[in-house]
Amino acid sequence: MIITKQKGIDEIFSALRGAKSVFIVGCGDCAALCRTGGRSEIEKMTEILKSHDVLVTGSALPHSTCHELDVQRILRANKEAVEKSDAILVLACGAGTQAVGDSIKKPAVSGCDSLFIGNSKRQMHFYEKCSVCGDCVLNETGGLCPETRCPKGMQNGPCGGAVRGNCEVDHARPCVWIEIYDRLKEFGRLDDLKKLVKPKNRKVATKPHRIEKE
Amino acid sequence: MGKFREQIEKGFVTTIEIAPPKGAEVAIPLEIAKKISGRVAGVNVTDNQRAMMHMSALVFSHLMTEVGAEPICQMACRDRNRLALQSDLLGAMALGVENLCIMTGDYPTLGDNPQSKPVFDLDAPQLINAAHMFSQGTAFNGKPLKGCKDFYIGAVFNPFYNPIELEIFKAEKKIAAGARFFQTQPFFDMASLDAFLELVKDVDAKFLVGVTPLKSVKMIDFLNNSVLTTPIPEEVSARIANAEKPELEGMKMSAEFVNAVRDKVDGVHIMPVGQLESIPLLLDMIEEGKKR
Repeated sequence: MIITKQKGIDEIFSALRGAKSVFIVGCGDCAALCRTGGRSEIEKMTEILKSHDVLVTGSALPHSTCHELDVQRILRANKEAVEKSDAILVLACGAGTQAVGDSIKKPAVSGCDSLFIGNSKRQMHFYEKCSVCGDCVLNETGGLCPETRCPKGMQNGPCGGAVRGNCEVDHARPCVWIEIYDRLKEFGRLDDLKKLVKPKNRKVATKPHRIEKE
Repeated sequence: MGKFREQIEKGFVTTIEIAPPKGAEVAIPLEIAKKISGRVAGVNVTDNQRAMMHMSALVFSHLMTEVGAEPICQMACRDRNRLALQSDLLGAMALGVENLCIMTGDYPTLGDNPQSKPVFDLDAPQLINAAHMFSQGTAFNGKPLKGCKDFYIGAVFNPFYNPIELEIFKAEKKIAAGARFFQTQPFFDMASLDAFLELVKDVDAKFLVGVTPLKSVKMIDFLNNSVLTTPIPEEVSARIANAEKPELEGMKMSAEFVNAVRDKVDGVHIMPVGQLESIPLLLDMIEEGKKR
């Protein structure tokens, strides 16, 4: 899922640029799980806006706010409240905010910062394990991604900077290359680490990505 | 063939590290480099070491050649993509900078521009491979290049990495990619060095073992807590702690260490931290000890 963090209220007010009335859109999927854009966060944001004399004309919680047709349908269903608003405040990831902005001729204000694609182990604990690089090496690295789990994206083994087995960039986290080594050792595949890995093909990561299958 | 390569092929060598300035004033470091140029086989020119902004390593390497010093230009993968790195490889050839020491580089958040974009398009073995291909007149995309000269390529080795087998695998890859020598992190005692030399006895490259003069108990604490896997031995720390002039004692210990390893290793790589102007004195102390 996309992990988000709600922006500070001052930043949100600054982005609303003096709007007197606001319609709020959350996201029932990732942002709800991150507690940045679910039902409860929409209610809290409504109270905050009201206490600052901003009229909240209404709110909506699409199942997934990155689903653009779904967003368009929900905005149509709330047409009156949406039209009364000066701006739409979106409590979702950047994709959700743009889905709203591309669906309506009103400013869609982003209420969250999108951080990473995260796995969740338990509530509100998120871990980045894949950075959608388009050139997956998991089959060569024992199923652990060095592009994502090593800050330097080392392809040919550790940078050598680990201190007592932990990453030089974040001492609270193990060096993923030691984890890769341990796993490949367990699988009897240490020879895989002796091959010179060619540089990644960054061309496949050219943005913005687009797939249009008939 | 440059002086560094010639000397390392013959026997024990000393290299020393001089950082490019953090400003445009080059006179002092160049004067030191000139002064010591006949006494060391090569001078490593660091590339934004510890992710701290300094003058371009390649430009400063060139300035070193103008004062008669033999630069070993460090190239880190942190700040440039493969296009820029290849441009600099060609630039190094044109400027007569023959020796390279290639490394991945410290992460930007550890340095003085923590908000900068980390590049790491290539890692160290891949950049070594690129430099080696250039030596043979081929660009990284396989296209021929005119007028290429031979680089003498080195890399870094962390002897305290655990598991060391993983660091050895990587060293072997670097050798396969074109590295001929390694400069290591500093050693502070003979037992660690002996254990290390046993581990890498089958690794087919020259090893220049790291030497860093200790300056203070504070520096020892920093190294023990943030850099080294094996702490500096108590008797070494005690000498610094009890010394009247800790900096001088640290240099004395480094000089003793260098003279004690002459017959064991291919060379030493001295990394004086913030002691640029003491370098000639340190070399005096090493030579003095050698005579005894």
